[in-house]
Amino acid sequence: MRPITRRSMLGGSAAVALAATLAACSNGSDSGDSGTGSVYFLNFKPEAEEVFKTIASTYTEKTGVQVKVVTAASGTYEQTLQTEVAKSNPPTIFNINGPVGLATWQDYALDISDADFVKDLTDPSMALTDDAGTVYGSPLATEGYGLIYNGEIMDAYFATDGAKASSIDEIKGFDKLKEVVEDMQSKKDELGIDGVFACTSFTPGEDWRWQTHLANYPIYYEFKDKGVTDTPDLELTYSDNYRQIFDLYLNNSTVEPSALSSKYVSDSMAEFALGKAAMVQNGNWAWSQISEVDGNVVKEDQIHFMPIYIGVDGEEDSGIALGTENFLSINSQASEADQQASIDFLNWLFMDAEAAKLLTDNSVVSMAPYSAFAELAPADPLGAEVVEYMNNDDLYPINWVFQTFPSQDFKDQVGQHLSQYASGAEDWDDVKNYFVEEWHAEKSA
Amino acid sequence: MTKSLKKYFLVFTGPTLIAFLIAFIVPFFMGLYLSLTKFTTLTNAKWVGFDNYQTALTGNTGFVKALGFTALVSAISIITVNLGAFVLAYLLTRKLRGTNLFRSVFFMPNLIGGIVLGYTWQVMLNAILRHWGQTIVNDWRLGMAGLILLINWQLMGYMMIIYIAGLQNVPPELIEASQIDGAGKWMTLRHVTIPMVMPSITICLFLTLANTFKMYDQNLALTNGAPLKQTQMAALNIVDLMYKQVGKQGIAQAQAVIFFIIVSVIAVLQLRATRAKEVEA
Repeated sequence: MRPITRRSMLGGSAAVALAATLAACSNGSDSGDSGTGSVYFLNFKPEAEEVFKTIASTYTEKTGVQVKVVTAASGTYEQTLQTEVAKSNPPTIFNINGPVGLATWQDYALDISDADFVKDLTDPSMALTDDAGTVYGSPLATEGYGLIYNGEIMDAYFATDGAKASSIDEIKGFDKLKEVVEDMQSKKDELGIDGVFACTSFTPGEDWRWQTHLANYPIYYEFKDKGVTDTPDLELTYSDNYRQIFDLYLNNSTVEPSALSSKYVSDSMAEFALGKAAMVQNGNWAWSQISEVDGNVVKEDQIHFMPIYIGVDGEEDSGIALGTENFLSINSQASEADQQASIDFLNWLFMDAEAAKLLTDNSVVSMAPYSAFAELAPADPLGAEVVEYMNNDDLYPINWVFQTFPSQDFKDQVGQHLSQYASGAEDWDDVKNYFVEEWHAEKSA
Repeated sequence: MTKSLKKYFLVFTGPTLIAFLIAFIVPFFMGLYLSLTKFTTLTNAKWVGFDNYQTALTGNTGFVKALGFTALVSAISIITVNLGAFVLAYLLTRKLRGTNLFRSVFFMPNLIGGIVLGYTWQVMLNAILRHWGQTIVNDWRLGMAGLILLINWQLMGYMMIIYIAGLQNVPPELIEASQIDGAGKWMTLRHVTIPMVMPSITICLFLTLANTFKMYDQNLALTNGAPLKQTQMAALNIVDLMYKQVGKQGIAQAQAVIFFIIVSVIAVLQLRATRAKEVEA
């Protein structure tokens, strides 16, 4: 045997290190060797990362199937997905953001019409389908948004002299809402608030409550009138309704309209949590934000949802806006074993009582449209209200049609125009024209 | 020496070369290819030829406008940054108390990341503008002023260090000689000091130009293009088009290539122009 020189030792250890690295790489990328397949879940919700990791390890313990969870940083999901999908070991489950997202990711979305969890949907229309009705995505959660109000402040107002209403039940429709809000605003010192509505946040990137959620209303009613689910020729027939609710927010707020472009959503949630505002437009996910504010004065049983009224005939029968934005899809380019493993995982996640409980208990979802969730009570007060509205057959829900908005850029620019309108630099016509023209331009591109 | 250099050439340059290849050369050529295709991910590209370039330059992507705004911001800040940096360097090479402290203080902003700087300045500027019922994104002129202020604050200290190095290398005997010949302070500065620090000026102009032209983080954090994309610089425009519109990735890539060419051409021209003015002592 030849004595080992220093050089060959160096070379040898380098080779070993290299081999180890390569082996580690291939190990990581190829756990599907055994033919059972593995799951790689690309998660959209940073706040739910820990929960999904727990869920993944629970599933692995039960079945032995590896589940990898990767979470994209807030606001970078599209970038992360684009790079991850191009890798040799792509995500097997990823999120698609409505029909517009499906147009981008069509090549990567598997037809899951026959998957058990899709068949288990309590409302089949919640699934993401193409024009032919083939299912490509299934919702992760049902969520709702509307006007969140502080019951204590409202009761204090109803007790004042000359109050325009005596209880919240009398507010059914825009006219009454306006009357009450304007009266409340004039009595704001008496009520101990800075304004009725928390500030209308318009810092770039913080305007989704107006350019997406509020903009959903005029579009929803227009689609409803025309009996369509999407259109390249939007007229914004409810433009004036959009304007009047937006004006109501601006004029009865805690801050001057010109300062809004420096306000964040967290500012408005803090105002609400500290009792400086009586109402705020947001969704059930806002509960965690409200409850986490230091010095929070809003009591858990005094926080409720009210529908947003924009002054449309028959709107007294409308509920809050219910829907979903994120659909889970299976990667059609993944190996068949991985696809099957992913479907099995989602079957378990949505159909198994224990798995469903893991999701609701940790507030990842308050509610999901699968039968296993029917019996579960959401842990937070706003989630519970969403369930109540869902089960209320007397009210029609406002569907989330904003999934059909042409692009994120479109929404951002609508937000910019709204912000310019709020600060007085633009007329409402500019907002409307942009909405209609850009909608047409992007939809027919 | 040369022999051993040859022998270990690969050992020493290898890692850097590989890194350069992976992180620069390969993506660059992939980018060139992708700019000629329609793609969602790197693997499903379809060839479309030069269509993307045409759309980038003539289509409704806001690219040309963003380039114009970038040029405007760069032009102003190149002048202000370099004038300011030179003045600071000139003052701090005098025999004053505490020059070292001031040098560190002025250099410090350069160490902070662009995103953090952007958000910090956004809050500060908005607090000031509130007195006039304004915010930085209400009017594009305010946004532009904010951007220029931010660039100055960040780059001035860095350029100052380079100018200080240049000023300290001006041979004292030249200054002395000019003074003996009867030149005043201004004459000395104009005819001796500035020609002698020309190499520093070349470097500083180049760095400011490159930094402001391809600025992204600061723009994203401070204004994010608001209002109505009027303060959107070219890099931000490209990224937004890539990720916020459907099916425009190829066009965004083409814009990136055009942007690269423009920056390179301007940088080369500038380097040539200032190099020509450099003198030997």
